[in-house]
Order: sequence, then C-alpha cells, then structure tokens
Amino acid sequence: MVKIHERKFVSVDPDKCVGCQTCEYACSWTKEKAFNPMKSRIRVIRVNQVANMAVTCRLCEDPACVSACPRDAIKQSPETGIIEVDKDKCNGCGWCIEACDYGAIMLHPETKVVYVCDLCKDKGEPQCIKWCPEEALTLVTSDVLAQKARIGAVRKLLQDTQKK
Amino acid sequence: MFGYAGRVLYVDLNTGKTHTEALNMDYAKKYIGGIGLGMRLWLDNSKQGVVPLSPENTLVLALGPMSGTMFPTAGNGHAFVAKSPATFGVGEAVAHGTFGAEMKRAGYDAIIIIGKSEKPVYLWIDDDSVQLLEAEHLMGKSPSETEDAIKDELGDYYVRVASIGLAGEKLSRIACIINEKTRAAGRTGLGAVMGSKNLKAIAVRGTRDITVAKPEEFMDMVKEFHERMKGPATQKYRTLGTVENVLVHNALFCMPTRNYRQAHFEEAGKVSGEVLNEKYVPKIIGCSSCAMRCEHVVVVPEGPYKGTLTRMEYETLWALGPYCGIDRLDAIIKGMDLCNYYGIDAISAGVVVGFTMDCYENGILTRSDLGGIDAHFGNSEALLQLLEKIGQREGIGDLLAEGVRIAGQKIDKGAEKLAQHIKGLEVTGYDLRCLKTAALGFAVSFRGADHNRHGAYAYDVKGKVDRLKAEKGRGKMVRDLEDVYSLIDSFIVCKFSRGTYYKELADMAKLYNLVTGIEMTPEELKIAGERINTLGRLINIREGLGRKDDTLPWKVMNEPIPDEGPVKGAFVTQEELDLLLDDYYESRGWTLEGVPKTEKLKEIGMSELESIVKGKQEE
Repeated sequence: MVKIHERKFVSVDPDKCVGCQTCEYACSWTKEKAFNPMKSRIRVIRVNQVANMAVTCRLCEDPACVSACPRDAIKQSPETGIIEVDKDKCNGCGWCIEACDYGAIMLHPETKVVYVCDLCKDKGEPQCIKWCPEEALTLVTSDVLAQKARIGAVRKLLQDTQKK
Repeated sequence: MFGYAGRVLYVDLNTGKTHTEALNMDYAKKYIGGIGLGMRLWLDNSKQGVVPLSPENTLVLALGPMSGTMFPTAGNGHAFVAKSPATFGVGEAVAHGTFGAEMKRAGYDAIIIIGKSEKPVYLWIDDDSVQLLEAEHLMGKSPSETEDAIKDELGDYYVRVASIGLAGEKLSRIACIINEKTRAAGRTGLGAVMGSKNLKAIAVRGTRDITVAKPEEFMDMVKEFHERMKGPATQKYRTLGTVENVLVHNALFCMPTRNYRQAHFEEAGKVSGEVLNEKYVPKIIGCSSCAMRCEHVVVVPEGPYKGTLTRMEYETLWALGPYCGIDRLDAIIKGMDLCNYYGIDAISAGVVVGFTMDCYENGILTRSDLGGIDAHFGNSEALLQLLEKIGQREGIGDLLAEGVRIAGQKIDKGAEKLAQHIKGLEVTGYDLRCLKTAALGFAVSFRGADHNRHGAYAYDVKGKVDRLKAEKGRGKMVRDLEDVYSLIDSFIVCKFSRGTYYKELADMAKLYNLVTGIEMTPEELKIAGERINTLGRLINIREGLGRKDDTLPWKVMNEPIPDEGPVKGAFVTQEELDLLLDDYYESRGWTLEGVPKTEKLKEIGMSELESIVKGKQEE
C-alpha cells in the first residue's frame, strides 16, 4: 500500500496560475472528448482578478468523500490513493460533494454520478499538467510541497536579510 | 455541425418574447462570425436612418466559430454591433474574457436584441431557457458590482455577465459594455445602446459540449500554437505588455500629448510601462483558453488611491495620462478604475478630458463652467473630478458625456477645432501627423478614429516606410491590413496573438477548416476579409457617411508638431490626405467618393447589397 508520503496529486502554484482554464479544456477533452469545463475534473477559480487557482483532488488520507458515502460507492485505491467511484452503486446523492473541503468531487451533468480526478492513469500522466501553458501545475507528494514551502520561506528570509 | 452552434437567439424587449432561428450558413461562410456576421445580421434587422439611441436600433451580439474551443485566444471573444451613437455609422466593439465561450456552450452564435423594455431588465440565458429578469435593484451599479450581484442572486459562480454601468444607463455616447470586471467592449458607445433599451446586463450559462470537425489535427494545432505563444511573437504582451509603447512612442515623437499640443511627453519616464510594471503590477492574468496571458492587473500600493485594483493597457494609460499632461501613475490607475466603475470607454474618456483641459486653458470653458474644477493640463485631481462628472452626467459632465464632437459643436467658440476625433469617435494614442500610413488607416476606418481596424501604424513605427511621406502604395498596405484585421475580429481571435499566425491567412484557413469542417482556402478567406470591410463601408454609406467623413482631426491637419526632434513641423495637408484616399479607394475598387462599385460587389459575392450603392456610382 502506498503511504500518504508517497502519494502524488496535482498541485497548483497560485503565483503562476493565470486563470486561463486551459487545464479545464484539456481535462474535459481527455476524459469526455468535448470542450466543456462543466465536465472537467480540475476547476479554476478566480477571485478579484489577482487570486487565480486551479483546484482538483488531493488524494487525502482517510478521505472525507469515502467516509461520507452512504452506499459504499467510493473507495480509495490502496495502490495509488486515487478515489474510485463505483458508477453502479452511486446514486448521485451528493454527500461526498458536501464532505470534500476542496470541491474536487462533482456530480457529472449527464451520467448523474459523481466523478473525480484519476490522474489520467490511462494516459501515464495528468493531461492538465502537460497542457498548462504557465507550468503552474505539478504532480507532487505532500513531502515535496512541504520542502518547497520551506525553501521558499528561507529564500525570502535571505532576501529580506540582504535588503537590510 | 461543428464550430457554429447553428442558432440565433432573438429577443424582443417590447413584448418580452424570445425565439431562436437557424443560423444562415451562407452568412456564416461569407462573414465568418464576430463583427462580420454581426454587421450582416444587423443590416437585416435595421432600417436606414435609424436613430442610434432609439428602440429601433437593433443590438447584435455575435461570436466566432472558434468560441468555446480550446484554441488559444480564439475561444473567448464576443462582438457587439449596432448603429453607433458616437459616429452615426456602424458601431462595433470586441471584448475577450470568458463570456463568449459561455454563450457558445449555451448554444448560440448570435443574439439579436430589438425594441426597448418598459422597465430595467437583464437577460438571463440558461442554456435553452431565456428570461428577462427585473433589474431595478441593479440600476446605478458598476459593471463589476452588477456581475457580482447577478452571480449572487442566480446562485452560480459560473454565470458570465456583460453589463453596463451608470454611463450606459444615462446614454453617454462613450459608454461601454464590460465583462469579467475589467474587459470592455469599449469603443463606439454601444453601452448607451444597451442603456437605451433598458437592458442592464446579459447573463449567460452554457453547459453544452463543444467539439470540432477534425479533433486530432486540431489538438496538434493547439499544441503548435501553445509553443508559438511562448516565443518572440507574443513576448511584448507577456512581459511589459502594451504599456511598453509609452517610451517607444515617446522616443518617436508620435505620442499625442496634451490634446495634440505636443507629440512628446517630457514626463513620460514617470508613467512608463517599465515603472508601471515595477511598482504596480502584482499579477498578469489570462482570458479563457489563452496560452500567452496579457492582462496586467494593477494595484496602487500606497497613497490616496491605495488599494485601487484595475487593468491597464497602453491606450488607456496614454489617454488618461500624457494626453491630459498627467504624470502620476497612481492617479491614472484611479482614473481607469473610475472609467470601469461608470462603464465608459477609457480611451474616449481621456480624450474628452484632454479636450476639456484644452478648452479651459484657451478660455473657451471657464472654471465656473466646470463647476469650480481647475482643469489645467497635468492636474490629476481635475482628471478624476471630471471623470466623476462625466460618469454621472453631472454639471459639465452631462455635455462631455456626449463625446468630443458633439461637445465641441455645442460649446462652439472654436472648441470644435480642439475636438480630436474622426467620424465622432475620439482618437487613440498615435500622433497621426507623423504616422501617415496610420493617418490613412484612421481616416478610412469604418468605426472612426481607431488603430484596431487596421494596425497600419506598424509600417510607420517600425520604419518600414517613410512615416512622414504620403505616397501611392499606402492605400494597398492599409487595405490588406484592414482585411486581415476584419477577419481577426470575425474569427474572433485576439489581436495580440496575430504574430503567432506565421503563415497568416494560411494558418487562419487551416484553423477554420479544422474547427468547422468547412473547406476554405486562404484566398477565399482573404476575400471574406474584404467582404467584411466592405460591409462596414456599405452600412456607413446607407447611413449617409462618405468621403467627406474619411478625414482627420483638425489639429492633425492644421497644427504642425512643435516639438524639437525628428518630426518637427509634421502635419497632414489636404492634398496629402486626398492623395492617400484616392490611392486607397482605387486599390479597393471603389469610386473616388469611396463607394464600392457594382462590379466589385459582384466580384466578392455581395450583389445582394447592390441597392445601397445604386445611384451613387457617378465619378
């Protein structure tokens, strides 16, 4: 079983994200053969022009969506950490949607069952990452994110010190 | 059907009834989409001599065939068309953002809005469901506030909204229509047309799939253009942005300053793109589907305007800055914010303020005329006070909201000579006295003074021609550029991406084919561009415009550039203008009066509109 430390998910750097929705188009094209942000597993939110961020599944440990499902329709793959939806069991009740802190699991407009990012496991790599023109998306583990944050914080400290 | 949605939505505000009709595919092939299709539909839905701000002036909203696809910059634009309350000829304005893609997903290529609602309303399009909702509570709100309020009351973040501000409600002839907070369909006063219909906003939500005719090749082309957009063709827009032009134009002495008193701003270093980016730009964002992103978001970090957040481009910075002699970027940003707040075209607004300052310094308008404002050039307080008055149509602002042409006529006392406009549309940031290819482009532009109908300044600014010379051959240059620019606004792709179409028409034809599945050669596309430009001309002819209107602002033809430097003494004489016009008309196959000849219309497949030129063919 893959431990949380090894689990990779799509993360956005909000400093780089420009809110262009290219990831939404790439996702819906890959998964649905259509350009339709309403069928994308990754969604861009823009608040007040300066804050832009793409949001998708974080592959949480002990995921709230799994716990919330009253029909046992959602499972987390022990191998990859990917959230898997049993389309036959799901009746679109939406408990998982309410449970997810990120709005990453959604009700499909046509199939009426929930759907979520699967890291494009058939394609080898998430297509949103491949297409993002700003290189704002990366496939990371929590450890790598924490490292990045630490390095960033210390760099900033260095800059501030140099300024003084 | 691919690319096109195949449907046109008709909204009758008199009766509140709506219906859809199939898109006329002959129009689609001939006029592509955007301004081309919009103008053609407008022509069918309007009567000659229609009063711009009357219920009879139909407002058309049209998309391009690529709207809603992933193609970078092509997915997101929309165009408005109506008779312009500023020029009394054809009015059109394009905006990008997110609105166009949403409307395509709702399943419409165009919306035709006729009549006038008894009460203020907004149009709510939720896929097939179309409603007119009460908008009394939105009146007086800015486009940004309106957008938020509508999203809130409809309970959906993904609703996209194009709306007018107070200026549009009050029928200002410089009013615009804004979507995505800061993206304006700015020029030719179409916000007032919306206001005259008691239509505060258009809100749209679309959930349909968009697919293309040849998906695999299409995705290859998307990939290719993603790469091109990382290259030199778009570097300017990705780095400093259009504001780079401030120092470039200033060095060339082609930046109109203080209402065309100078062509060079001695304080340009304080308002340069370099300073703007260093101090005020925390973030550059992109429109839907764009792979280059250009929108420089600016925030004032300190001082009296602290916290002001808006978008800034060269034209707006120039108009609110150097054109009014103002050298404070924080005040210019605040001015831009006021223009967006009231929903006025910031280019026209800056030119109106520059005009007012010129009138004031010449004693044509007094301090008491201006309600106590000390409107000297360079007074940034005066800029903001005047913008407030124009936005609210209060005091002198009521007159100034009519634009410089009408304001100049009404003030009289020589004010008309200070009104720098063509066909009633205020000038933009290119000093036409020393850019003579641009001067021709501006003079013949069917929507009035504007760089975006041709981009002919490029020849002058880049030194590809002698910019001080008016000579034969410029007509064809302008003509070819116009045809491409008309296509760009009909496809609708972003003009900032034009450099990525390395093979220009061949690339555009390929894109059109892959998306729509309709075969179109580059040659046929070129003719479509010519057709669209000719259509703009024909509408103007029907509405009474002609050669007499293909002219230049008074100062361009009467006040030589005074600044010491490379272009001192430059201006455009009547003889030069006549030479340029004759050359241009000839290259287009038009009469010396600028009327397309019958055989020309036949040649480009426009015989159905022959009646417009009938009896006007005599040389």
